[in-house]
Amino acid sequence: MTGDRIIQVEDLNKSFGKLHVLKGITTNIHKGEVVAIIGPSGCGKSTFLRCLNLLEEPTGGRIYFNGKDISHIKEVAKIRQHIGMVFQQFNLFPHKTVLENITYAPIKIKKIDKNEAKEKGLVLLAKVGLQEKADVYPSRLSGGQKQRVAIARSLAMEPEVILFDEPTSALDPEMVKEVLDVMKSLISTGITMAIVTHEMNFAREVSDRIFFLDGGKLAEDATPENFFSQPQCDRAKQFLEKML
Amino acid sequence: MNLDFSRVWGSIPFILQGIPTTLQYTLLSVVFGFLLGVILSLCKISGIKPLDYFAQAYTSIFRGVPLILMLSLVYFGIPQLTGYNFSALEAGVITFSLNSAAYVSETIRAGILAVDRGQREAAMSLGVPYLLYMWDIILPQALKNILPALVNESINLLKDTALVSTLGAQDILRSAQIVGAEKYLYFEPLIIAGVIYYVLVITLTFGATALEKWMRRID
Repeated sequence: MTGDRIIQVEDLNKSFGKLHVLKGITTNIHKGEVVAIIGPSGCGKSTFLRCLNLLEEPTGGRIYFNGKDISHIKEVAKIRQHIGMVFQQFNLFPHKTVLENITYAPIKIKKIDKNEAKEKGLVLLAKVGLQEKADVYPSRLSGGQKQRVAIARSLAMEPEVILFDEPTSALDPEMVKEVLDVMKSLISTGITMAIVTHEMNFAREVSDRIFFLDGGKLAEDATPENFFSQPQCDRAKQFLEKML
Repeated sequence: MNLDFSRVWGSIPFILQGIPTTLQYTLLSVVFGFLLGVILSLCKISGIKPLDYFAQAYTSIFRGVPLILMLSLVYFGIPQLTGYNFSALEAGVITFSLNSAAYVSETIRAGILAVDRGQREAAMSLGVPYLLYMWDIILPQALKNILPALVNESINLLKDTALVSTLGAQDILRSAQIVGAEKYLYFEPLIIAGVIYYVLVITLTFGATALEKWMRRID
C-alpha cells in the first residue's frame, strides 16, 4: 500500500496576520495512500490542505513534493499541474461547457491536441457517469453533478495527488453518495488522495490513515481502525463522541 | 423664427458621409482604450506597488484634465516637441484611447474583483499561470458583469469624438458645420447632426442589450 513519500511536510506553520493557524505540522504522505484529514471546525484542516498545493503560502517550515522543496519556489504553476484539487464550492468555470471545463487545462497547459483532449475528456465524463452532459453549461447541473465534473476536471491533468477540500459539505444529503461513490472508484485506481471531510463513515471505510488536527497541530496520525476504536487524545475522543 | 429645413434637405447625404469617420474614431478608440484599460486594471490589482501607483496616477491625470486640452496637446503640442505631425485620426484615436483607458480601467478593476475567488483558485490549482487564467477565466466573467458600464463608456466615446471636428476631421459634426457655413443656416444642419448621433447611440444601446441577453443565456 505505501510506497515512496510523495509529500513531506516539515514543521509547517501558517499565520494570517496575528492568527496562528498551523503550529508546526510534520508528517508525510506516501504514494497511493488515502489520507482523511478530520478535526473540529477551525482546527486548520482546510488551511493545511491548501498549503500542500501552495494556495496558501506557508509562513514557516517546508513542504516537499517528490523530494523537492516547493515551499518557496517560483514555478508554482508547474508544481500545481501535478497536484489536483477539488473544492467545496466546485468552482467550475461558468462560461465554459462541462467538456470545455475538463479540456481547458490539458489543451492550454499540457498542449494536448484538441481532439485528443476531447476524447479523453469524454472518457473521464463517462467515468463519473456524466457523458451525456458534455455540452451543457455548469448552471444546468445539480450540486452532485457539478462536483463529479470538478473531479473529472482535476483528473484530466493526470495529477499524482488529488486534494479534496470538504467535497461533499455543500451538497444536499441525497447527492453526497454519488460523489463519494465516484471518489471510491478513484481510490481503486491507486491514486494518492488527501481528503478533508466531515463524513466519518466514509473516512473510516476508505482511508489508509487519519490525520486528526486540533488547534493547528497534528494531534493524531493513525490508521482508521486505531483512531476510531481507541483514539489517543482526549480531544479526539470528545470529537468522535459528537460525530458518531 | 425662420426655420427652413427644405434648404438643407439636399445636404443631408453630405452630413451622413460623416458617419464612417465618426464610427472609425469611435471603434478604434473603444478597442485600444479597452486593451489599455485591461492592462491598467491589471496593474492596479497586481499588488506590485510601482505598477499600482503608476496606474493610479495615470487615471487621476486623465480624469483631472479636459479632454479637448489633451487632444490639443497631442495634435498641436507634441509636434512642437518631436517634429512629428500627427494626422487628425492618429491624434484623435491616441487621445480618446488614453482617456477612455483611464475610466475603463476602474470599471474593469471592479469587475475583476467581483469574480468569485474560487474561480481563481480552481484555475491556479490546475496549474494555469496568472496571465492565462486572467484572460481565459476571470476577464470573460468580469466583462459579463460590467458590460452595461462598458457600453456607457462607448457611448461617451462616440459623442466625444465630435471634438475632432476642431482638428478639421470631417466627422458628423464637422460636416454639419460645413453645410451651415455654406448656407448661412446653423440650426437645421446641427439638428440633423444631433439626430444622427442620437440614432447611433440608440442603435448601440439596443445592440448592447441584445448582447447582454445572449451572454446571460447560460445563467
